Amino acid sequence: MNLAIKDIRHSLGRFALTSVGVGMLLMVVMGMGGIYRGIIEDATLLIDRVGTDFWIVQRGTRGPFAEVSRVPSNLVHRAMSVPGIASSREFVYHTIQREHNGRLLRIAVMGLSWPMDKGEWLTLTAGRSLERNHFEMIADESLGLPLGTVIQLGRESYAVVGTTRHLISANGDGVAFVTVRDALDIQADAPGESIRLERAAREARGREFELVLQQPGLLSNAERPSMELPAVARPQLSAVMVSIAHGADPDTVAEVLGGWQDVSFFSKQGQRELLLKGSVEKVRRQIGLFRALLTTIAAIIMALILYTMTLDKIHSLAILKLIGASNTLILAMILQQALLLGGIGFGIAIALGDRIFPLFPRRVIITANDLGGLALIVLGISIASSLLGIWKAVRIPPGEALA
Amino acid sequence: MNSARPAWAIETEGLTKVYGSGNTEVVALRDVGMRVRPSELVALLGPSGSGKSTFLAAVGLINAPTSGRVRIGGRDVLDGPKALIDPRTFRRRHIGFVFQKSNLIPFLSAVENVRIALQINGESARAGRRRAMELLDYLDVADRADHDPTMLSGGQQQRVAVARALANRPSVILADEPTAALDSRRGRQVMDLFRKVAHEQGAAVIVVTHDHRSLDLFDTHYEMEDGRLREIAPSTEPA
Repeated sequence: MNLAIKDIRHSLGRFALTSVGVGMLLMVVMGMGGIYRGIIEDATLLIDRVGTDFWIVQRGTRGPFAEVSRVPSNLVHRAMSVPGIASSREFVYHTIQREHNGRLLRIAVMGLSWPMDKGEWLTLTAGRSLERNHFEMIADESLGLPLGTVIQLGRESYAVVGTTRHLISANGDGVAFVTVRDALDIQADAPGESIRLERAAREARGREFELVLQQPGLLSNAERPSMELPAVARPQLSAVMVSIAHGADPDTVAEVLGGWQDVSFFSKQGQRELLLKGSVEKVRRQIGLFRALLTTIAAIIMALILYTMTLDKIHSLAILKLIGASNTLILAMILQQALLLGGIGFGIAIALGDRIFPLFPRRVIITANDLGGLALIVLGISIASSLLGIWKAVRIPPGEALA
Repeated sequence: MNSARPAWAIETEGLTKVYGSGNTEVVALRDVGMRVRPSELVALLGPSGSGKSTFLAAVGLINAPTSGRVRIGGRDVLDGPKALIDPRTFRRRHIGFVFQKSNLIPFLSAVENVRIALQINGESARAGRRRAMELLDYLDVADRADHDPTMLSGGQQQRVAVARALANRPSVILADEPTAALDSRRGRQVMDLFRKVAHEQGAAVIVVTHDHRSLDLFDTHYEMEDGRLREIAPSTEPA
């Protein structure tokens, strides 16, 4: 005859409600771990998926994810000339916030190095990769732009030709892939009035320029759209991604890139660390502390529940002691109830989490290791929280039964 | 029932219990001596606060006296506050308790309330169930075996409590106002049950009671007042 089970069956409704409460608490503990795991995964997702060996960024910056980086577009060709580099691609990346169908939309725009990169490396949930070098977009499902949607960004419209899942930036914004040229256009898009003002300013400055007095035709040139003017500098990229040829020595390539005084470079692992030790680190620590706090609260609440359950049974426990029950029997009863409460709560946490976490705006990733860790924590909490009840039960005098 | 029967099932000598000290000192028992034979049914009378329950707690190894000796079944078990045996084990094997309220464990059924006493004493589940059913049958409550205590009447609850007290064949049964919560008819039925148990099972039974209507059922009558014990002649009138 198992006294723990008998007692639970006697007050099943109360125990069930308590288990649900503990389960929801554990679900929050589990969720915090999942949110942390999701942030790490999201932050490093692009770095991992893009599949490049080195990132060449603006000198002295930690770009292009941790901070803004600007490099000239001809850096792609310079990198390509380095022995041992198999491919060199442009990388343009920025976040925009625009209105679409009456709602604000934050999009992490990433440029694909057309025609070398059409997004074939992306795992599409629908549609296809890019087939034109303009006005096509592959959008993550989290943006809410289904296949065939046409979205106006600046003066141009972009058609969604493919969709991805779980491809979001470190900030949680869905990523939209367009060609590098389109990405730059989206970034440099300015309203008509701004362009007109800029042209007027250009003309005004030109009037004071001595050369204009000698060659008046220059002034009419200054009034033309900036994109029609002779390029002084090529459009700027966020970074250049390079892949090392099969069999080439990465250290030799790194040595060459390290000799360039105008740029910095990071390996794939280096980029990951930059992100994880940067903004993500603070989030990680914050969530970690919060999780520790929640775990402690869960332990305290469970201890109080078990203590209250023990208090409710004081008379019964005193009777058991009076008729000769050993402390071991009573200890086992309380410990079994604690483990059952923890175990059932843990099961409820998993079941609820499975249904609730997918509704969260950002990913909540629960790995098998995390579940195993949480199971151990729950085991520890259950044992620790039963101690208060056991302490009380052991001190109940058998004479209490006579009261 | 013990096979080798000593002359006295319970012997107390000079039992004294003092609570507190100095100005707050209360003497609950004063040099109490009592001898009870096996199969003897003893009534312990007295007003509230006279020390009856304190005496029962001392004999039941629940609350040790300040001084004096307790011998059960010819064996010294208490020498003043010092236990000469393991009280828990001794209680389990040799003493049965019945209380004012039935004091059944609410989360166990009637038969389980009896079985738990057997389980604690190391009885196997099957043998425990059989013995528990025998006892419930003996006490006329076998038909309520699987009911929760709350589904039983006061009299039925006390019968189950008596069955639990008898489970391990104790040589001593201590009952503290077992009929206080029952009407006179059921009260007498329970007292009759104690008489039956004492005479048929051979146990020495001490019953603390205020119920003078059933005193004719008892073999011996004691009265306690201000912690002092004296044997009295049988009487059905209140003291």
